Amino acid sequence: MTAPSIDGKLVGRRPNYRLRRSLTEAAALALAVVVLIWTLVPIYNIVIVALEPHGDVFTNDIWPANPSLESFWIVVTEGYWYLEHFWHQFGNSLYVGVATVILTLVIGSLASFSIGRIRIRYGWLVSNAALLTYVIPASFLAIPFYRIMHIYGLSNNLWSVIAAEVTFATPYAIFIFQQYGVSIPIELDEAARIDGASPIQIYFRIYLPLMAPALVAVGTYALLLAWNEYLYQFLLLSSKSSMTVPVALAQFLNSDEAPWNYMMATAIVYALPPVAIYYAFRGRMTAGLVMGGVKG
Amino acid sequence: MDDAQVLRAGVLPGPSPSVRLRRRAWRGSLQGSEFTWAVAFLIPYAALFLAFVAYPVAYGLWLGHKPALYAELVSEPIYQRTVVNTVLYVAIGVNLKMFGALLLSGFFMRRRWWVRGLLLVYVLPWAMPALPAFVSIHWMLNGQWGLLNNILWNIFGIDGPGWLETSRWLALGSVIASHIWKWMPFWTVILLAGRMSIPQELYEAADVDGATGLRRFLHVTFPLLANLYLICTLLSTIFTLGDFNSVYFVSGGGPALSTHVLATLGIRDAFEIGRPDLGVAAVMSALPLMVPLVILLMRKLRTTEVQL
Repeated sequence: MTAPSIDGKLVGRRPNYRLRRSLTEAAALALAVVVLIWTLVPIYNIVIVALEPHGDVFTNDIWPANPSLESFWIVVTEGYWYLEHFWHQFGNSLYVGVATVILTLVIGSLASFSIGRIRIRYGWLVSNAALLTYVIPASFLAIPFYRIMHIYGLSNNLWSVIAAEVTFATPYAIFIFQQYGVSIPIELDEAARIDGASPIQIYFRIYLPLMAPALVAVGTYALLLAWNEYLYQFLLLSSKSSMTVPVALAQFLNSDEAPWNYMMATAIVYALPPVAIYYAFRGRMTAGLVMGGVKG
Repeated sequence: MDDAQVLRAGVLPGPSPSVRLRRRAWRGSLQGSEFTWAVAFLIPYAALFLAFVAYPVAYGLWLGHKPALYAELVSEPIYQRTVVNTVLYVAIGVNLKMFGALLLSGFFMRRRWWVRGLLLVYVLPWAMPALPAFVSIHWMLNGQWGLLNNILWNIFGIDGPGWLETSRWLALGSVIASHIWKWMPFWTVILLAGRMSIPQELYEAADVDGATGLRRFLHVTFPLLANLYLICTLLSTIFTLGDFNSVYFVSGGGPALSTHVLATLGIRDAFEIGRPDLGVAAVMSALPLMVPLVILLMRKLRTTEVQL
């Protein structure tokens, strides 16, 4: 009480400060609710349509009147004529995904080892070509690519899709491997070379083990790319036995009776693996993309 | 002993100086066997690039090289509308998405359990494949049976329009909104990672100097984030220009072919009408916009790489 002016000022400021804090907090909460609704409405839609029994799709309710898992059962047991090869197509998707991962990792790591570790001259030309491929949209290349696959005799063959996915995943792989490779001291290679190790030994014994985190990140990226990609698979695969899940799924759209509940159930089964993989490897997916950009 | 070592030792008279120079120019400081390995390691990627990038690109350029094609293309009303759509789609879509991502990345910096939980939900559109997401939105926007109009009717008593069936602008707006829904989470996460790598001391120093709120953002956060923001915007512009799925699945180019963009029009011309040359021409007409963007982006990415 000896210094009322200072005390009064402090007492006067504190509630103001608190009020402002709780106002910001309320605004943040309101924003959170808006973001939550915006994000979840389409996902909610896919789930409720999948839960509706056949024939109940055309309603004006905003939640299913008689929810049932019937559609999922139909998908799992291939109990509808659009779905008669579902598990085979699921296997095709998996085959494309795994082959893409292996080829991308092998081709990408070999190339970036040659450019970044053996330091071949004009290696920057290769990494520039890769960067250029990375920024060209795949859809712009689809028409000539389709023709080329006919020339190669790969039409309606899963390997044509694998070639396409590897083509678009490898540039990213080279980019990330080179960025990550900078953090591995080149002295390790030099020491091994003095001890008489050949480049292939250095590649297997030093480079690959130390690159493991980058390999995991790029492998996940390639798997998701191959699993999620639609356009090339749609253009290059036409028979029911060679189709992958997304192509089969989009076929529903062209049917007249449009069994939307089966379609949404298929979509959920198709979307679950990549979502699970994404959440499992979440931390590693963005690391390479930031590229220390803020430092500039 | 291979010949490179012999040459360096100067034991034997080597090939003429010009050959030696040329070989040195190619090999750099690499010794013979290492050079062989380096080339061998590059062969798979070189083969992939030649067979599946260089050849298709050359083939595409050859398909679309006739000037008459472009005259035919420009005279089509569909094409003119498509160009307008593409410009609107890219300009509005990219900027709304990136600006939203910039704001939301600031929001997700808050250290609250519910903000962290929300981030997990918020990235779901990005984590799921494009096809199911857009097919769901397509059905959700159905004028008669779609969820959106059901919600509008049941909760607000509004009779919603047929979002995709009636008007070009409603359909285009829906496509842009779907694109933002799908891709904003990705760019938010990237910008969030960028914000997190800003040293905390800078904010403390700014705090001492009395900078808060907007001024803190303008004078500390944004200058440090600007380069990343620019790279992301360029990359996103190119990706959006080539985005096929959003338009193809949400509006399908309808109503009455009024919402096509160049990427979907090219595929339509090539595979539905059977005119691959016209399709290639449609796609190639985006090059005047693409090439400067790509050059700018490559430059930015290279300088950033050096700074790493």
